[in-house]
Amino acid sequence: MREVAIVGIGMTPFGELWQDSLRNLFAKAALAAIDDAGVDHIDGMYIGAMSTGLFVGQEHIASLMADYLGMPGVPAAHVESACASGGIAVRQAFFEVASGAGEIILAGGVEKMNDGADTTYVLATAADQEYEAFHGVTFPGLYAMIARAHIHKYGTTREQLADVAVKNHENGFKNPNAQFRMKIDRETVMNSTMVADPLRLLDCSPVTDGAAAVIVASMDVAKKLARPYVKIKASAMATDSLALHSRKDLAALPAVQKAAERAYKQAGVTPDKIDVMEVHDCFTIAELVVMEELGLVERGKAGAAVSAGMTRLGGKIPVNTSGGLKSKGHPVGATGVAQVIEIVEQLRGAAGDRQVANAGLGLTQNMGGSGGSCVIHILEAMS
Amino acid sequence: MIVPRYTREIPQRYRLEAGKCKKCGYLAFPPRVVCPECGNRRFVTVRLKPAGTILTYTVIHVAEDNFAAETPFAVGVVETDDGARLTAQIVDCKPEEIEIGKRVNLILRRIRKEGHAGILQYGYKAVLQR
Repeated sequence: MREVAIVGIGMTPFGELWQDSLRNLFAKAALAAIDDAGVDHIDGMYIGAMSTGLFVGQEHIASLMADYLGMPGVPAAHVESACASGGIAVRQAFFEVASGAGEIILAGGVEKMNDGADTTYVLATAADQEYEAFHGVTFPGLYAMIARAHIHKYGTTREQLADVAVKNHENGFKNPNAQFRMKIDRETVMNSTMVADPLRLLDCSPVTDGAAAVIVASMDVAKKLARPYVKIKASAMATDSLALHSRKDLAALPAVQKAAERAYKQAGVTPDKIDVMEVHDCFTIAELVVMEELGLVERGKAGAAVSAGMTRLGGKIPVNTSGGLKSKGHPVGATGVAQVIEIVEQLRGAAGDRQVANAGLGLTQNMGGSGGSCVIHILEAMS
Repeated sequence: MIVPRYTREIPQRYRLEAGKCKKCGYLAFPPRVVCPECGNRRFVTVRLKPAGTILTYTVIHVAEDNFAAETPFAVGVVETDDGARLTAQIVDCKPEEIEIGKRVNLILRRIRKEGHAGILQYGYKAVLQR
């Protein structure tokens, strides 16, 4: 396989975007990425979206988007892996370029969640329909059960969970594309409305409309474009049982650990070499367990590490400088691509107030369901 | 959910029927075609013991539309005494009474009315052993 670069990025602001349709959102992000790269065509595209059928009643979206982008005829495919759909789109684009089949491929993600659907129902379709959702369990409910198991096993505290949200809002406050650009404190999180005990409203990522796109290209193309680009050093994935109850350790996310092991091996790096990370904090507990699975801390120690400031901007390893899913917003299909965009900005040195000094190596971790899928990318700055 | 999708699962929902791997004894609930532990494809049908232990739980305050009228309600992961794991509502108790490690019995209850037709759907729920 040949080496692959990301040469362009583009996204819409994340939020409740009542005036934008699914297709509009995607086209805006895709055009921004194409313009950023300065390419005059693309050879194909992959679009991550979790459930456009249930959210807005539209399937067959890849052709729709190609048409609406003014590129009828271009090969396009929709990929789905629940909340990891965007990361999978980037991974498919990576493969197409790495294999030599394509030179310039667009990887995008989009979700229009605020169009009247029963969002809690739609999101729960990423769980086992017949054996989890049938009993009334929701997505926050599944992560709440992971949180309860983690608290029970390791003594993780309610305060430590809240500190994840506080940190991510601190970062999102500095991100012009974030849905909730506001700082919050620990007490506000701990007194917010109960959603699924012990998780409260401010432990949960919001319901968001948005789209994101990146242009993936061969190194030859990247060098010719003479613009800043980053190298995809690793693209790794792993799956796990869909149902949480089928896993041996309910306080763990084994798919993250497996994907991380593969990614570190591919890139030839260890976790301590990574300068900045975007991880899938769909719920505060998720960020803690993911930190443990990525090898940033020992099992059970993530809560204390977050409260001690290890993952803040300026800390040992900044995590979710974009504000994460929590503050930036979580349009499910777009999230994995937006994570890659944040890391590209960091590696370009273009992250403004959120910039991590001398960031050379970044990681994105995007996860589907309650950990039934996980895709990880490691990106490297090219001078 | 339409009727065939519901009726297909009745052996599991009403009778806790699981597949026991003929090679390694792994209990698959619901039944599977391949054993995730040893790769064997031959199973024998067994009924799970309708009692077990709470491994983790939550109390749901915001539910999807089908369950919206029932909030708050508790849901947990239960390990049955023969070692299978499943998700079930924990009922007939106050949420404060639920703890990890507490013993439960699995009983047949109405789960919900589904869709516009209001099809009644039944299945197992957990009640604390007292």
